Amino acid sequence: MIENSFSADGLFVVAVLAMTAVTYFMRAGGYWVMGRVPLTPRVRRALEALPGAIIVSTILPIALKGGVAVVACLVVSGTVMAWVRKDFIAVVCAVAAAAAIRAFGY
Amino acid sequence: MIASRPVTLSYEGCVRGAQYCLPVLPGTIAFGAVFGTVAAQKGLTLLETILMNSFVFAGASQFVAMEVYTAPMTWAVVLAMTGVVAAVNMRMLLIGASLRPWLGQVPSLQTYPALFFLTDINWLIALREYDRGERDWGVYLGSGLFLWCIWSLAVLPGFFFGSLVSDPKAWGLDVVMPAFFIALLVPLWKGKRQTVSWFVAGGIAVLTWYEFGGYWGILTGAVSGALAGAYLDD
Repeated sequence: MIENSFSADGLFVVAVLAMTAVTYFMRAGGYWVMGRVPLTPRVRRALEALPGAIIVSTILPIALKGGVAVVACLVVSGTVMAWVRKDFIAVVCAVAAAAAIRAFGY
Repeated sequence: MIASRPVTLSYEGCVRGAQYCLPVLPGTIAFGAVFGTVAAQKGLTLLETILMNSFVFAGASQFVAMEVYTAPMTWAVVLAMTGVVAAVNMRMLLIGASLRPWLGQVPSLQTYPALFFLTDINWLIALREYDRGERDWGVYLGSGLFLWCIWSLAVLPGFFFGSLVSDPKAWGLDVVMPAFFIALLVPLWKGKRQTVSWFVAGGIAVLTWYEFGGYWGILTGAVSGALAGAYLDD
């Protein structure tokens, strides 16, 4: 067991390198492309709209999949954030809300 | 917009970036530990687990890759794992693109290595701080390096004592990231342009998700939302 801990399957290492490469390509690729596109006002506006659009597109399916507890958690997070403008407090309240709702069996 | 000030890099900026990660630390640690548990259950060795976790460094995609992993490894498994990782991480193309205005004037020799540490979390942090007028890109780099260290260490307790975090759901730890996303979405709202762009993004994302499942909705939703934002004139 112990002597096996520090061994690695050759093909598995190949897989890790391939996954690392493809992920780095995604990490750097979009940035690289935008360096070759002229930053016209329209492109700039698209880039400014992108973050919010990514967040909404990521969150909505999670909310729909997650059921009552997750939806409530997101509502709490958004409400608290709009109110006190402190992300830490928003996240703590949201997680507590989700845990509480699940404790009651939803 | 206002004339942009030069983008700098300092140790203090990096420390600030690391501090901004605090709200998501419990979620990140639990998530990383669960990956260690999954890897141990699937029969990976310690070294294999560490290699995968620290090199790929992209939470959700690592879990999906473990879903298609089977031992003994074949080239088909290598291909399948790489394919699903690419699909899950495709959103990083857009995340990276949106950092161009922020990091564009930093020398490539610094940005391209730093982009290895790009995650949803330090992207969100960097973006929020840029919006507040921050021009020290240490907040991006520091948060990225800090998260990488935390992520690399978190896998160990999960690998050895899996049952400790067998059910992060009961503690609400699985919702830390979604809650953080929403919390950082709130200050991005400025008016009609965001409302329209977000509705378009959300609608398309949900439609895509219903039709095709998986992670394609992030891509289609985000691109249509950005286009809506670009073509909506004030």
